[in-house]
Amino acid sequence: MKSFARFSMMIGLTSAVTIAICVALFGTPSADAQPTSAEPQTATQPAQADVPAGTQPPVVQQPDPNTPGSPAGGKAADPAKNQATTSTNPGGPANPNVSPPPAAGATQRTWYEELAYRPIQEEGTFWMPKSVNIVADDSDSMFYATLGLSAFFFIAIAGAVIYLVIKYRHRPGHKPEPSAGHNDALEITWTVIPTIICVFLFYYGWRTYVQVVTPPNKAVEVNLLAKRWTWNFTHSNGVEDSDLHVPVNKPVRVVMTSTDVLHAFYAPVMRVKQDIIPRRYTYVWFHATKPGTYRLTCAEYCGTDHSQMGMTQDGRRAVVVVHQEGDYERYLADKQALEGGGDPIDHGKRLYEKKGCVTCHSIDGSARIGPSFKGVFGKPQAMADGSKVVADENYLRESLMVPNAKTRAGFPAGTMPAFEGQLKERDIEGIIAFIKSLE
Amino acid sequence: MATTPATAPRLTKRGERDDGPVNEPDFLNVTKGLKSWLVTLDHKRIGMMYLFGILFSLIVGGAFALLVRMELWVPGGTIVDQDTYNKFFTLHGGVTVFLVIIPGIPAALGNIIMPIQLGAPDVAFPRLNLASFYLWVSGALLLVGAVPFGGLDTGWTLYTPYSLESKTPVLVATSGVFLLGFSSIFTGLNFLVTIHKFRPQGMGWFQLPLNIWALYATAIMQVLATPVLGITVLLLTVERFAHIGIFDPTLGGDPVLFQHFFWFYSHPAVYIMIIPGMGVISELMSTFSRKPLFGYRFVAYSSISLALLSFLVWGHHMFVSGQSRLANMVFSALTFTVGIPSAVKVFNWVATLYKGDIRLKTPMLYALSFLLLFTIGGLTGLFLGILAVDVHLHDTYFVVAHFHYVMMGSTLVAFLGALHYWWPKFTGRMYNEGLGKICAIGVFVGFNLTFLPQFVMGARGMPRRYWDYDPQYTLYHQLSTIGAFILGISIFISVCYLMASFKTGKRAPRNPWGGSTLEWQAPTPPPLYNFEKPPVIHELYNYDDLVEVEEDVWERRAPTEVEPTDAPGDAHAHVRHPENPPTVVTTSRHEELASEAGPVPPTVMPGTEAEEPGFIPGSGKEDK
Repeated sequence: MKSFARFSMMIGLTSAVTIAICVALFGTPSADAQPTSAEPQTATQPAQADVPAGTQPPVVQQPDPNTPGSPAGGKAADPAKNQATTSTNPGGPANPNVSPPPAAGATQRTWYEELAYRPIQEEGTFWMPKSVNIVADDSDSMFYATLGLSAFFFIAIAGAVIYLVIKYRHRPGHKPEPSAGHNDALEITWTVIPTIICVFLFYYGWRTYVQVVTPPNKAVEVNLLAKRWTWNFTHSNGVEDSDLHVPVNKPVRVVMTSTDVLHAFYAPVMRVKQDIIPRRYTYVWFHATKPGTYRLTCAEYCGTDHSQMGMTQDGRRAVVVVHQEGDYERYLADKQALEGGGDPIDHGKRLYEKKGCVTCHSIDGSARIGPSFKGVFGKPQAMADGSKVVADENYLRESLMVPNAKTRAGFPAGTMPAFEGQLKERDIEGIIAFIKSLE
Repeated sequence: MATTPATAPRLTKRGERDDGPVNEPDFLNVTKGLKSWLVTLDHKRIGMMYLFGILFSLIVGGAFALLVRMELWVPGGTIVDQDTYNKFFTLHGGVTVFLVIIPGIPAALGNIIMPIQLGAPDVAFPRLNLASFYLWVSGALLLVGAVPFGGLDTGWTLYTPYSLESKTPVLVATSGVFLLGFSSIFTGLNFLVTIHKFRPQGMGWFQLPLNIWALYATAIMQVLATPVLGITVLLLTVERFAHIGIFDPTLGGDPVLFQHFFWFYSHPAVYIMIIPGMGVISELMSTFSRKPLFGYRFVAYSSISLALLSFLVWGHHMFVSGQSRLANMVFSALTFTVGIPSAVKVFNWVATLYKGDIRLKTPMLYALSFLLLFTIGGLTGLFLGILAVDVHLHDTYFVVAHFHYVMMGSTLVAFLGALHYWWPKFTGRMYNEGLGKICAIGVFVGFNLTFLPQFVMGARGMPRRYWDYDPQYTLYHQLSTIGAFILGISIFISVCYLMASFKTGKRAPRNPWGGSTLEWQAPTPPPLYNFEKPPVIHELYNYDDLVEVEEDVWERRAPTEVEPTDAPGDAHAHVRHPENPPTVVTTSRHEELASEAGPVPPTVMPGTEAEEPGFIPGSGKEDK
């Protein structure tokens, strides 16, 4: 190889050809490539080892003091903090919609708390915890394929090194033999082959990634407000919890923001991770295939209790509880009946009236001074500068905080007051939920 | 002429072989006293001061690492609380990255060796060189100075908004990082000019040792990337006390912007760390296999490719940061291009062993360790470049293990190899070879025991920077801690026997390893301006006429003959056969001029005196 330019062109050309072949064979990755939500229900419905199938609520295990729930150095158990509520027949199957009244002074946990207190159920292979997300299977296959490839190359290289060192080691009478100082054919081969492998890895990784980050249109939505050092999940009916409870076999989308520093949502069994950024929304979605209790961790350093983010007073780590069919709805109802908790849509509607939004924004589709809220969410909107912007959570948040950042076509700029500093996170979530509800 | 006549060696009073300069003292003894060191302009003395500073920092950074590992022996609190632990890993990262790995090979060993390898008397700007050392010292004092002020707890990455809110002395540390950045820029600038201007006649770009190529590629990155670090920490500093709303989300700033700025420097910085290591390994593989490096041009090109590509891949640190999908796709694609030159280098190093005469001296053990560890570091990089897999592995111990394989297993091992390789040259003393080999094996075993379990932990979902962890990881953490101690003890013993060699080591000969590059023609230790008589430029990496006259003493027996330099690029590439001896000796420009103008006055600085004939700044361009 005489020239650097030729060396670069060779790599460039190989990459271009390989990517062209990939695209020709498999098409451009797009959201369409993702599995439909119907598919997994039959395909991946697993045999439940620990939870009997059926309508029965999960069998509740008593928390074992030696399980991960009680780590050494964890905080001392504080029974008073345990939710003092349950019936003796936790969430009895006969009448799941009626929640038992709080029993003052009792230290028993509700059925869904018992689920959160189960030991985590992450056993998997030597390399990875078990996979519970429908799209995680693809990224796991990529992990193992790359592992095999790496093992092959490592063994080949290490083997060659050991063989050559033994064969050509210095010893009396041994002399270096003349050999070529370079060999274009060989060098081109071992430049082109890694190039092809790298391009393929990139391509498949990208393809799978698009699936991993593209939620289906209809997903169960949960809001997450992360703060040092707790998780605060808000469900559709306003129920709040520090653990994430989700249904099995339904796509779940978590809309996340932080009140202070960066955090990251990381549930290892789901193979999803996403940083959580203050004053901005980021998202993860997953489609859990196996009921169970799994770890929920913070993966972006956030200070003192980063490693114990969401840990309860009695030393149990934060978890994702994947409920069996039907139990998620029961959880929402029971917890709401127990603790109250306002519907964010109602809260948003109140604010819509109280804060004066109603003056300029209709909810029936008619234009006033500002655009109507009806049917806005999730659709591209024409802006005054000719661009189109999808009205997602971040757009609505920006329109509340910095209204003049973008102006809708046909409406006067500079009319809307900025609400920066006047609304709490819960208020913003409420208004967005209210706008979402106006389909 | 070009031969070194095989005369009887000079002996010291103790009867040891004396290869020091004949007519003048060596650089260690040319002047005495602490002050003569503190204000020296000699690149070797500045390099040695750097070296001792770096070895000291290595012990400090290593001590923090061992404290971190001890804390992780069992889940929950072991020896310290969360806040102290957070300070430990922050200082471990800050000290080892900014004070050890980045300046380790270029500023310390490069400073000492690079001008000699070029046949030059010093770097282009000796005063700038000294200034860069004092900037390093000031930066180091500020960075470590964060400890008495309470210790920094932001992680070495200083991510906003945490670093804007942290109650720890962020300003002290960022000032330190700012100064360290300028130290690095000055070194890079100095090296660029030196390599361009101080190459002697007869040494074209493709007769440069690969170590010089690597230092050149590194210097490009230091000069182009480090200013961004300066700007970033400056903005962070201003944001912290003036609240200008660049990074602070409550003022409308974007905390993720900080990550872009930070990694725009810190990804090239990864290559500022690893490329000098690759250069050193190229030298070691060639010398200890007694063979020219296979595919010299490919290796040289790949250094430059890596330097350029390294500017385009910073976004792969941010795949889950909230960066757009399109950006992730582009950065993932670009990231894989980095894998190719790295793979090319590994294959070339392995091919160099073929039909060689491999001598397993301590530096070669480090070089072979490097080869295996870098292969693991590189291959595990593939996992992290794959978007879908990175989402799972990001910010876990898998990443921790991966970058330690590259930054420590590769760069630090290369640094140790280089240190052992050139130690006899600049100290004039041989170290204890037996202990050297044991420690080299200790480093290899300890390192793998420390970091292999971390790959498994990471893939099993153990996030990084965790004080407390799920009990399923206890066994892996304990293996890792045991490994860390084996590693730490091996490095500590290495530092001890190297220091002891000043007192007890036997005198080193001019060329203990049979190296073919110019530094092995200089007296050991070299005099102030490196050469007493102009070095003779032989064919690069030609070992045919280097003969081991006694153990660890090599001499040239016959003139090396190469074609004249108008076809320089192929000089290294000739197939040589015993029955087909190479032709003509290169006449060095030094000698040509020396015969016209008499012997070189060795004390003349380059470029300062018109009659200075031995070293022709700018002569490099004449052989294009």
